[in-house]
Amino acid sequence: MNTFLSKVRNARLGSTLTLLVLVAIWSAPTLGLLITALRDRDQAAASGWWTAIADPFNQIWSMDSFNKAIDGGMLTSLLNTLVISVPATILPLVIAANAAYAFTFIEFKGREVMFASLVALMVLPLQSALIPVLKAMVWLKKTFGIELVGNYASAWIVHAAFALPLAIYILRNFMMTLPNSLIEAARIDGASYYQIFWKLVLPMSIPSIASFAIFQFLWVWNDYLIAFVFVGEQKAVMTYKLLRLLGQYGDGWQTVAAGSFIALIVPLIVFFALQRYFVRGLTAGAVK
Amino acid sequence: MGRSEFAFSDIFVGIGAIILGIVASWGLYWLLNFLVTRLPAKWQEKLRAFSFVLPAAVLLILISVLPLIQTVAWSFFDKHAKEFVGFENYTTIFTDPNFLGILLNNFLWVAFVPAITVGFGLVFANLSNNVGPKREKVMKSLIFMPMSISFVAAATIWGYAYDYPPPGRPQTGLVNAIIELFGGQAQPLLTLEGGHLNSFLLMIVVIWLNAGFSMVMLSAAIKAVPEETIEAARIDGAGPFKIFLRVIVPQVRGTIMAVFITTVIGVMKVFDVILAMTGGNFNTSVLGYEYYRMFFVESNVGGSAAVVTVLCVLIAPLMWLQIRTARHQEEIR
Repeated sequence: MNTFLSKVRNARLGSTLTLLVLVAIWSAPTLGLLITALRDRDQAAASGWWTAIADPFNQIWSMDSFNKAIDGGMLTSLLNTLVISVPATILPLVIAANAAYAFTFIEFKGREVMFASLVALMVLPLQSALIPVLKAMVWLKKTFGIELVGNYASAWIVHAAFALPLAIYILRNFMMTLPNSLIEAARIDGASYYQIFWKLVLPMSIPSIASFAIFQFLWVWNDYLIAFVFVGEQKAVMTYKLLRLLGQYGDGWQTVAAGSFIALIVPLIVFFALQRYFVRGLTAGAVK
Repeated sequence: MGRSEFAFSDIFVGIGAIILGIVASWGLYWLLNFLVTRLPAKWQEKLRAFSFVLPAAVLLILISVLPLIQTVAWSFFDKHAKEFVGFENYTTIFTDPNFLGILLNNFLWVAFVPAITVGFGLVFANLSNNVGPKREKVMKSLIFMPMSISFVAAATIWGYAYDYPPPGRPQTGLVNAIIELFGGQAQPLLTLEGGHLNSFLLMIVVIWLNAGFSMVMLSAAIKAVPEETIEAARIDGAGPFKIFLRVIVPQVRGTIMAVFITTVIGVMKVFDVILAMTGGNFNTSVLGYEYYRMFFVESNVGGSAAVVTVLCVLIAPLMWLQIRTARHQEEIR
């Protein structure tokens, strides 16, 4: 028994050490960028960032590069990104929840075929739709004067459409776990399908909706392609700004590094604060 | 470079849009429901579902399905999408050695990234399962963290790790410093001489981003493996490696497949990393990037449409796999 316990303890120690090494490798690139952003420019060019960890008191630490990145418009783009991300998260969820409800609780003709098409659309690359949608929006402007391109609204619509298949799929998987008897009881009490959705199914689906919301928010926040094609540089988002910064790193890595960190702050806060729900959202659609 | 403008009114636009959006979408569904309830009972029964599905269906048809058809149609037209040219775009790209190199890159991505990502995910999931709940939480968070980072930010992080200062200067890039530490010669990474090997440097970035996803999915599956099966193997004298390979892996095969397919789909469409790190230079371009270059650099509508169509055709078998997986899940329930 004793040897068994010590074996278990050894296995645990071995796993911990191996995992520690892997975690160190995984974190090193990010840590390096953060330290570089905080170092003095000349020092950062003269020695690797790891030397600064070994000898932190003989370093000149400064926030200069953060100021520089902010002067370059990082905060403005942060707000732009936020204005795109929040509606682009809420809109698809409202639409998806309604559709998922019908797919779960209402029998209708063509349900199987529609659902299969939905699953197929989950795989469709975004690129297949970009140019036609862009041209259609330009046409809308020319013909009706509705200005979508260059405005946030275009990004909301495209993000919403491309989030729908996965959102419906995940929400439906969750709704299928809700007890059918509850819905039937409400039906017998005379509630309409409409009332059942808004008063019963939607509130009960909040855990699943919340976890998908985090997922979608991070996805939109980190997106480059849609923001670039439909919103462009007039209302440049974080990824757009960062890419421009990366293209002109003549003044050293500091500004890019600082810019990257400003771009990382919101996703990291969202991630660490809501990690549990995020994980739940991912595993909700998983096979067991 | 133009300055980007941000008026504070934009915040109000955003807040207004959120409120308006919620009210409007609620109103829309209310209206649809109202219209359906006006119908005769027989019709109500048939159309009830559509009052919930219609907005989603309209959005998907307008923004995904019709544009897809348009794209496929354009692939048979010239660069201005005016004149029908038959299969010319396809013969052009398939006789272009550059394009064949791009296809090879896509193939390399699919051949390596999903398998390695799943491999790392399995190792992480299994190791973190053995270290006790507190350490598990911290270490998992750190490995999962890159999932919340954009490809562009990841490109800056790794661009710095791959950095190569001119000869004579100290190595400040992590990768070259490690090469020197082990007695190697520091060298510029991601250059023309690197050839298709450059793709592997970019793959590392994507594996780094995705391993956390794979870990989380597989960890959930491993935790669901019945303890008795592991215990039985242990009593039979199986070591931890044998237990892992013979007992755990076979029982989470379904999840392994699911993660693998998801990663393959993601990798087929890979784009941002290439844009941010190499701009498709040094033999690193892939279909997702080639499409972007054809349209935004060459303004070639027909050509870019042909590239996307090729991508869609290559992805199509995965659609079938996805549908099959979804069906299979249905049967389990």
